[in-house]
Formats: sequence, structure tokens, C-alpha cells
Amino acid sequence: MSMFNIFNVAGSAVSAQSQRLNVVASNLANADTVAGPDGSAYKARHVVFTTQAMGGVGAAGVGVSNITEDQTPGRRLHDPKHPQADAEGYVTYSNVNTVEEMVNMISASRSYQNNVEVMNTTKSLLLKTLQMGQGS
Amino acid sequence: MLNRLTDSLNFQSEALRLRSERQRLLASNIANADTPGYQARDFDFASALRQASGVSSRADTNLAPARLNLAGTSGQHLQRDGQPGGSPMAPELGYGPRAMSSLDNNTVDMDRERANFTDNTVRYEATLRFINGQVKTLNTAITGQ
Repeated sequence: MSMFNIFNVAGSAVSAQSQRLNVVASNLANADTVAGPDGSAYKARHVVFTTQAMGGVGAAGVGVSNITEDQTPGRRLHDPKHPQADAEGYVTYSNVNTVEEMVNMISASRSYQNNVEVMNTTKSLLLKTLQMGQGS
Repeated sequence: MLNRLTDSLNFQSEALRLRSERQRLLASNIANADTPGYQARDFDFASALRQASGVSSRADTNLAPARLNLAGTSGQHLQRDGQPGGSPMAPELGYGPRAMSSLDNNTVDMDRERANFTDNTVRYEATLRFINGQVKTLNTAITGQ
């Protein structure tokens, strides 16, 4: 029955999107982290989605293939009074772009909703299929 | 006699199978809306049903000849599409039209996919009701009351 595969497909998408949401949350939480003693601040992370075959013709799920770290240099602010300031008086913050992360968050939550909707629709269709021929 | 009773049911069950396969394809498209490089898949329901049920409408008699399957003397002989004889025919998958091309080569248009998904859901339910109605009719005929 090919319809049961939809739950695998939409379920994989939901779990991938929630992982993306997780990464966004950790980026946003570390938006104002300053560099530690080793001089490297928190680096923003991004998930990479890939298509995964789910058995059967055309059934394509989603998976997170890996999580990459953003290598752009972090923000540097001149603040000599800050305890973490370096010899020149600069403090290095993390390279998280808050606006970008908010957009990412909205996109992830909308995709999540879409896939939950797909699962609900499929469930009601399957329940009606179970009652086929009993309506007399 | 019994052939005629079940023939129309066969047609509806073939339609139901194709609808459920299309539903799965559309769900895959929606799931992969954010995957870079994913190409949206779909198939033409009318021609797939025509191919699966062997019903040819009068309109397409001028078109290319129907795809003929190989003759086999055993059920295990492979047919033209590489499937064993009698197994359900898989529809030919195509790629959806590109509406708005995005930078990551993803061709899923969420508006169209959602519309198609809802449309397919309603038509699946309609097919279910047709089957239920036919079963009801048969039951009435059998009980004769």
C-alpha cells in the first residue's frame, strides 16, 4: 500500500525541519556570545538537507546530511573595558546573523506545518479507505 | 455475467491505486520543499489511468499506437517495462513545470503542490464513494428486497 509510505516521507521531513529549528535555536541563543580565552567565538551552524529514497517509485524523504559551520569572521567591537577584550581593546562576538536566523525559523516552522497537514490528510483518507464497502 | 459486475469495480480500484501513488509523489514534493537541487515529480493522471486500465477514448485513436506488451507463455516472463506480467503498471513520472526558478535549483512550487494535494485528496475520496456506491448497488441487487 503506497499510502503508508507517505507517513515515512512526511515524518522524515518533520524530523529534518525540527533539527533545523534546533540549530536555529542554538544560533539565536549564542547570538551575543563573545570569544573565549582561545580567541574563537561561537560559529553559526547551518543544516544541509538531502533527498533520501524511501522505498517505492518516487517516494522521496528528506534527511540532514551534515551540519556546517559558518566560517565568516565574527563581529569585532571596540570595548576596552570588557573583560574579554584583546590587547587592542577589541571584543570578538559570534558571527550569527539574527535576521537571517529569524527568517530561517519562520521558513522551518511553515514547512513543519505543511508536512503535519499532509500527514493529517493522509490519515483521514486511510481511515476512510478502511471503511470501504461497509457503508450499506 | 459476473465479469460485468466486477469490471467497473476493477476500473475504480485502478483509479484508487493511481490516486494513492500520486498522493505519495505530491507528499514527497512537499517534504522536499527545502532540499537544494530537488526536482518536483508528477504524472499525468488521465493518461496513466488510460494506460493502466486499457481503456482508450475515441479522441486518441489518431495518436501514436498504444504501447503493446510482449506476449508471454508464463506469468514469470517479464513484460516490456521490466515488470512481471500481471503486476500493476507504474505510471511514467515526469517533472513539473518550472514556475519560479530558485537559486538552489529546487523546482518545488509550494502553492501548486498544496493545490494539487488537496485536489488529489478530494478525487481520492470521490473514487472511494463511487466504490461504496457500487458495492451498495450490488448488495441491493443480491438481496433483492
